Amino acid sequence: MKSVARMLALAGTVAMLGIGAAHAADKLTIGVRAAATSIDPHYHLLNPNKDLAAHMFDGLTAMDQNVHLKPSLAISWRLIDDQTWEFKLREGVKFHNGNAFTADDVAFTIDRVPNVANSPGSYAVYTKRIKSVEVVDDYTVRFTTDGVYPLLPIDLSMVFMLDRETHEGLGTEDFNSGKGAIGTGPYRFVSFQRGDRVELERNDDYWGGKPEWDEVTLRVISNDASRLAALLAGDVDIIDAVPTTDLERLRNEARVKMWDALSMRAIFLWIDHHQAEGATFVSGPNGEKFSENVLRNLKVRQALSMAINRDAIVERLMQGAAAPTGQFLPEGAFGYDPGISSPAFDAEGAKRLLAEAGYPDGLRITLHGPNDRYVNDSRIIQAIGQMWERIGVTTKVEPEPWSAYIGRMTRGDFSIGLLSVGTSTGEASNPLRSVFATTNPDKGLGASNYGGYSNPEMDVVVEKAMGTTDDAAREALLREATRLVMDDVAVVPLHIQKSFWASKPDLALEARRDESTRAMEVHRKK
Amino acid sequence: MAIWVLRRLMQALLVVFAMTLIVFMAISFMGNPVDIMISPDADQADRAKAIAALGLDLPVWQQYLRFLGGAIQGEFGRSFVFNEPAIGLILSRMPATLELAVTATLLSIVIGLPLGLYAGLRPDTALAKILMGGSILGFSLPSFLIGLFLIAVFAVELQWLPSTGRGQTAPLFGIQWSFLTADGLRHLMLPALNLALYNIALIMRLTRAGVAETMQAEYIRFARAKGLTTRRIVFVHVLKSILIPIVTVIGMEFGITIALSVVTETVFAWPGMGKLMIDSIGVLDRPVIVAYLMISVLIFVLINFLVDIFYTVIDPRADLGAAE
Repeated sequence: MKSVARMLALAGTVAMLGIGAAHAADKLTIGVRAAATSIDPHYHLLNPNKDLAAHMFDGLTAMDQNVHLKPSLAISWRLIDDQTWEFKLREGVKFHNGNAFTADDVAFTIDRVPNVANSPGSYAVYTKRIKSVEVVDDYTVRFTTDGVYPLLPIDLSMVFMLDRETHEGLGTEDFNSGKGAIGTGPYRFVSFQRGDRVELERNDDYWGGKPEWDEVTLRVISNDASRLAALLAGDVDIIDAVPTTDLERLRNEARVKMWDALSMRAIFLWIDHHQAEGATFVSGPNGEKFSENVLRNLKVRQALSMAINRDAIVERLMQGAAAPTGQFLPEGAFGYDPGISSPAFDAEGAKRLLAEAGYPDGLRITLHGPNDRYVNDSRIIQAIGQMWERIGVTTKVEPEPWSAYIGRMTRGDFSIGLLSVGTSTGEASNPLRSVFATTNPDKGLGASNYGGYSNPEMDVVVEKAMGTTDDAAREALLREATRLVMDDVAVVPLHIQKSFWASKPDLALEARRDESTRAMEVHRKK
Repeated sequence: MAIWVLRRLMQALLVVFAMTLIVFMAISFMGNPVDIMISPDADQADRAKAIAALGLDLPVWQQYLRFLGGAIQGEFGRSFVFNEPAIGLILSRMPATLELAVTATLLSIVIGLPLGLYAGLRPDTALAKILMGGSILGFSLPSFLIGLFLIAVFAVELQWLPSTGRGQTAPLFGIQWSFLTADGLRHLMLPALNLALYNIALIMRLTRAGVAETMQAEYIRFARAKGLTTRRIVFVHVLKSILIPIVTVIGMEFGITIALSVVTETVFAWPGMGKLMIDSIGVLDRPVIVAYLMISVLIFVLINFLVDIFYTVIDPRADLGAAE
């Protein structure tokens, strides 16, 4: 009823002013694959939730399309000593309910983040290095970190600011009901229907200028074919995650326009480095068991990497929707090393290496991977299986659903499996610390290092990098660490995924490299 | 009658109890939902904290006892993903699925019954043969494929109907229904038809077989000889006797239609509880899965119960007490 009333009011205005009805209300409907699970911006750290929150809330800092840091609610920041960051806040920023945004709200937000009840993935990941927050004046705030912590401005781009007066004592369900859905962002909350849609409307008082769309709807259409059909039928204006099988056809389709960006997600083969009971899925050519982990032999790992024709996977299987890589970051990211190229395909050389390693008759390997997680995941491991057969490695390929796969992965129940790393912070220390560093729960290192990889030399370099506040010096160290793990073939990098969007022809998208879709970056062509 | 109802109820409770035990254990052994839900940026301490927050740090049997303890007090657990009561979450999605399933069932009766009657009464006409041939397609084509085909034809090419999603809703008895608005009906047509196709074919064939058999029966010949009109013979005498198997099948199929709506809901992005269930399985959201199955079992029991009662209405020979 409310929307009917609003329509009538709008129609009345249009009639009075005598404007054409065609573009009376500029509405944008985005068809997305994955659903946001909550309106609470601190409840569940998940990409769709971050994307949604970015429409309604702002962080002190933000990431631009290329995952480079830019000012947001803070206009500048600097280190005043090794462990203290000072942020200057933007003045005159108002929440959707008219309350002013001040330094005290920052203190409240940092305090709330680790205390959200029942969070299945806490945003405290980004605030736990903050030891204390000091409100200097209304527009100046200081953070004292636990040790030297150069990544604080990056981490804070993920932390959306709330208002002490409005949000004190509110739980997640108060946000979902709309009561607490009040931020400083470009769009205001209208409604949230779980797993179906979120409706937003323009915030006319946005500090960053008037947003382009009157109304924005994010609709969840998880089935790839249906999402595309919804675009072709004109029910949605733009869709994300266009399936690669349709790319060729869509490039020649007049009804849609394609957009793409190289993402921050690298696809690689995870390798089991454990000594005891390692590599249970690797055996000799006739199925004989080894007493030691064959995969700990560098030459074996090099052979397996060299035997993969990355260009063929990218061109044929991915239809060009990826870039072959020899590292885990895409070009242009902080810590990307231009000196590391994608490993050359050389089946003969791989065979030779395998013989040198002491396995002239080849090996038998079971290759695992998910079948519902990454673009073309199960087809990629099938292709790799065939490539390995050519160097005498008999490969059994076993794809399974992600929900079962990830559980086995964390238990180290595979020898080689397909995995990805998506670098949300846009710089190399994040994957180096979680995927490659020697596991050390006390220091929070190696949390995703399921293969038990350990390279003490690299650990030292990464630790040094984390204590270096000078950006250029830190980047040099991160490159050095990247070279160490890649020369050691700690994992077998395959390619960096590209993200694809398709829109109506009269729209333009500033494609993001972090796989997000935001109404703020969709424009009507002038 | 009262004893019969009570016995039915006890059986239902036992089934529900056994089901929760099996499902609870199976999902727990499949994996840890925190591994799926947690951000890759989290470290070991963050992970341990999330596991504790969801109560997954306890041994499985303790988790189950805790669940039972809550269930007795009417608290069936909170969704790991949404942090809201699982039952409430499912009930909020139920109207969408119910209106889809009811519309599909009505469609299958309204279309299937007359067509089946026609094919049974005029088995040698070309139309009857086409109908029977077509019904085989209705059986055998996967609804996933038909759904995409319907979208491609009616939404993308002809642009008559919207492709996906649920339309505008209006309240009735405090619940939001989409079949009350024109926009909602337009959105409902394709998914309901898609869901109905299998049952249309089924009811058509059942009716045809029943009619063909009954038309040969002695009492029909007698009725004819007596000079009753064909209309009266078909709509009173034939229809009445073939209705019992059809009602049974419609009843059973209604439960299956709700269960099968998962596929249709996925293809048409219909925000029903089947879609919620599939998403929940993907992240091992155990409270929602268990609650969903509990509700499903109860729906099945309820439908069978109603079908049994309906028998006594259309067939006076049926006696519920004796049926046990």
